[in-house]
Amino acid sequence: MIFKMACKNLLHNRLSSFLCWILLSTGVAIVSLLLLLQQQIEKQFSTSVQNIDMVLGAKGSPLQLILSAVYHIDAPTGNIDFKEAQKWMRHPFVQKAIPLAYGDSYEEYSIVGTSAAYIEHYNGQLSKGKLNTNNFEVVLGSKVAAALKLDTGKIFFSTHGKSKHGKSHKEKGYLVTGILQPSGTVLDHLIISNIESVWNMHKSTDDHKEEKETSHQETTKEVADIHHEITAVLLKFGSPIANVQLPRVINEQTNMMAAMPAIEMNRLFSLFGVGFTTLQNIGWGIMILSGLSVFVALYNSLKERKYEMALMRTMGASKMKLLFLVLIEGLVLCLAGLLTGLLLSRMTLFFFAGGFEKDYNLVFKEWMLPLREEYYLAGFALILGIAAALVPAVKAWFINISKTLSNK
Amino acid sequence: MIETKNLAFSYPGLPFHFPDISCKKGEVLLVTGSSGKGKTTLLHLLGGLQQPSSGTISINGTNITALSTMKLDQFRGAQIGIIFQQPHFVASLNILQNLELASSLANKKIDTVKAKQLLAQLAISDQAFKKPSKLSQGQLQRASIARALMNQPSLLLADEPTSSLDDANCEAVASLLAEQAAKNNAALIIVTHDQRLKQLFHHSIELT
Repeated sequence: MIFKMACKNLLHNRLSSFLCWILLSTGVAIVSLLLLLQQQIEKQFSTSVQNIDMVLGAKGSPLQLILSAVYHIDAPTGNIDFKEAQKWMRHPFVQKAIPLAYGDSYEEYSIVGTSAAYIEHYNGQLSKGKLNTNNFEVVLGSKVAAALKLDTGKIFFSTHGKSKHGKSHKEKGYLVTGILQPSGTVLDHLIISNIESVWNMHKSTDDHKEEKETSHQETTKEVADIHHEITAVLLKFGSPIANVQLPRVINEQTNMMAAMPAIEMNRLFSLFGVGFTTLQNIGWGIMILSGLSVFVALYNSLKERKYEMALMRTMGASKMKLLFLVLIEGLVLCLAGLLTGLLLSRMTLFFFAGGFEKDYNLVFKEWMLPLREEYYLAGFALILGIAAALVPAVKAWFINISKTLSNK
Repeated sequence: MIETKNLAFSYPGLPFHFPDISCKKGEVLLVTGSSGKGKTTLLHLLGGLQQPSSGTISINGTNITALSTMKLDQFRGAQIGIIFQQPHFVASLNILQNLELASSLANKKIDTVKAKQLLAQLAISDQAFKKPSKLSQGQLQRASIARALMNQPSLLLADEPTSSLDDANCEAVASLLAEQAAKNNAALIIVTHDQRLKQLFHHSIELT
């Protein structure tokens, strides 16, 4: 009955209850949305960077190199000489080295020329067809296949650069031989060929001297002798010393650049972390504001209901019951705000998820689950409700029945 | 039944001494007196809304001046029904729910059937699902009588129940009160300065 009455009282003061509810929902939604975004982005970025200790590429911005070579969401920094790079790929400290040649695209999806080790690195599994073994054969990531409605056996022509309206390579088409299963990694958004295909595609424009057909060469090692360029190399070290030594030596002594994904991503997180923190503080601020509005709403309604409260005492209600009535009103308001806020943040994320996936190759996973921080958020909202209701509740406790009743 | 002995109360610089009163079950006692003679104060003392500075009040053998605040709240809820001069209700609940609230607050089972019966007896059945703000003063006065009777109290206290009513309604409300008190076998004490009531009830005491 006391709970029912609290709800009825809130409904009775519709306007001020609505204001409190909206304020708290907004505050909770902002904080929770940012928490979710931050967690998802960090999780996504760190899974892609797993087992890549260093990226080798052309000199430029190290962050750009990481974003382009690991995540394929930025333009490449330039090309490096394959022969030169191979010296480092065969370095005794290096356990695994995956060369990448990219820059072309089809319908804005990157075409990456690489070795078979690339798909293995991300545990890519075929869902259909077979892996690319010959030149101008490609395997599609699951999202690419779904978005472009391409099937095995189809042929398409790539474009130079990442723009839809770039110059297209009409001379040679790519044949789709296989489609990968969804892996939740960067593979889902890529078109993968061997390196030679990319070299051959650009041969007619880049190397006019060498017109020799090389379409049947099988491994990267064989073509290494000719002057060829690649975009970047993903490296995994076998020895921890390499983390300290190799980047320094490469950056100082060669015309290539070594970038450490862990360091660059930390830098990036701390950069947008400032923005996140600011927005989050705004969210907390709105929540505190809503607490204040709950306080004012309850305080004002108590003034109006003083007689009502005294009346309830004459009907046998204890002081404790009135205290609880006001506390429950505060709590119900905050609980309602909390729930709609959490729901709102998830709905927002749901609507934005598609855009994030398309623009940043970010796939949100398990975002329906509550985060640990959200439990703190819930705790804060409930404490806010109690704190805001406390003063009015104590006032209700101390109502002098006789005085209140005879004053009116 | 209710009995008081040497009841006194004082506001700062304004002492009141009340005559001993007693009212048996099924009886009606009228307490009259002009304004400022402590009529409402006496009613609040009898209802346990205020503690006397001295003296005792015994209701059905229980000395309520000796009860703790919490016990007193419970006792009041179970044994005493009060009808105030201004009929006030919980604004967010409808009339029926207000009646049910009286049972709930006294820790008694909510008896909707009884609440509806009382409303019918007082001829305001059709107002049961309306909010208090939609009712007229006369209807609210009847509803507050129904509420006071919800828990079958052994003592009914009424503070100026007829002061805002015209002659016809005054008589109707007064006889309703007496009738309902008799039906519930409750002692009824009416505090009033309304001279019209003196003609209806003969057992009265005047505060001077």
